[in-house]
Amino acid sequence: MKIGVLALQGAVAEHISMLLALNTEGVPIRLPSELHSLDALVIPGGESTTISKLLSDYHLMEPIRELASQGFPIFGTCAGMILLAKKVPDLDFEPIGAMDIEVKRNAFGRQVDSFEADLTVPALGDGTFHGVFIRAPVIDKAEPGVEILCQLGDNVVAAKQGKMLACAFHPELTDDLRFHRYFLNLATGDALAESNYR
Amino acid sequence: MDTGTWKVKSGLAQMLKGGVIMDVVTPEHAKIAEEAGACAVMALERVPADIRAAGGVARMADPTIITAIMDTVSIPVMAKCRIGHFVEAQVLQSLGVDYIDESEVLTPADESHHIWKHDFKVPFVCGCRDLGEALRRIAEGAAMIRTKGEAGTGNIVEAVRHMRAVQGGIRKLQAMPVDELTTEAKNLGAPLQLVIEIHDAGKLPVVNFAAGGVATPADAALMMQLGADGVFVGSGIFKSSNPEAVAKAVVKATTHYQDPAIIAEVSKALGAAMPGLDIKAIPPEELLATRGW
Repeated sequence: MKIGVLALQGAVAEHISMLLALNTEGVPIRLPSELHSLDALVIPGGESTTISKLLSDYHLMEPIRELASQGFPIFGTCAGMILLAKKVPDLDFEPIGAMDIEVKRNAFGRQVDSFEADLTVPALGDGTFHGVFIRAPVIDKAEPGVEILCQLGDNVVAAKQGKMLACAFHPELTDDLRFHRYFLNLATGDALAESNYR
Repeated sequence: MDTGTWKVKSGLAQMLKGGVIMDVVTPEHAKIAEEAGACAVMALERVPADIRAAGGVARMADPTIITAIMDTVSIPVMAKCRIGHFVEAQVLQSLGVDYIDESEVLTPADESHHIWKHDFKVPFVCGCRDLGEALRRIAEGAAMIRTKGEAGTGNIVEAVRHMRAVQGGIRKLQAMPVDELTTEAKNLGAPLQLVIEIHDAGKLPVVNFAAGGVATPADAALMMQLGADGVFVGSGIFKSSNPEAVAKAVVKATTHYQDPAIIAEVSKALGAAMPGLDIKAIPPEELLATRGW
């Protein structure tokens, strides 16, 4: 398998090393020509406005939308989740819109409010998942068809829809590979492997 | 829920990687920077070139300016405090800035001691000229490092010197046998524990940006190819003749730093870059990089 990691700005190397730890090749993607022959795409954390400007300036937005509409697997963390959403209030650009979710940016406040918390994610099996939330967004609304994977209090912080996966926190800043493995299984359609977590 | 942890402090810097952090002095500048694709802005009263020209004591910016900029943009907002001036840092933290730069660009408040940055919830970035200085700042709690360069000159030579010194220092430590690390830690003036960590990992435990003298898209890409994780641009944008165009071009050159054709394309017709200064023409007592230790 070859997984593209959108490398316009943000925590790119962290995702590539998570994939490497799962014996999977992760390649940085900066131009549309590099989107070919990929099995899935990761959109990393970073600054969503910066990433979106470079997405449109280098004509990546449309090809990624096109891939998403064909059911291509995409995993977005933090800024990646913002970009995957269909609706994001007070954003001055149109997000990719691959998931039927509405996302609120900086939902917990500024950097001094960034935090770590242990999360319950039933889809990943027993044991908590350590969530690192940095100026993190939340999913404010999810349409039917979106499966909620994790909540923190009343806030939805991880969800999936088809082969799309999104989380508000940063699995790539931990050494817990379960979210990335879950995505790879989702991408390959390995339902049996997915049920192994339960 | 734990706030202000090392993980969230150093993690924000990881999210800034591959990006450009721009000095701004007004909300209008901040908006231009955000529109151009800056991953963060540094809120200041004056850009370094003007601080250099004005002379006198340079201090933390007026909180009015900082909060006006925070209200204008959604990207992270950084602000500078003087070296050792922990009360300016407390003030900046209470304003809710996202990162504090304990900066040699302002006039130092303490000639012997830097701020003990572990006491703060807000993360700090600090300048360095070599690996020893970088590790001293990290030991004090800096969650991000940058080269000092020579701010306000539009001359990249010092930033290159400092980046090569840091990267060369790392390669040297990596190649050393373990039994020589104690002496090397003494020579570097750096804590042994961090020296061992670098020896084992072959990289700094925090993100390292380039700063001080970046004036063109090619300067930014040069620093990236030398191993910077991202770039600070101070006077280089708003002292150029076309700030919007230069800002956008530097952002693109930082992302596509390995692609000379793209760097060439974005470098076209940018107008005049900021006027530069020869470092040798600056009297030694006016050099900013020698502030701090």
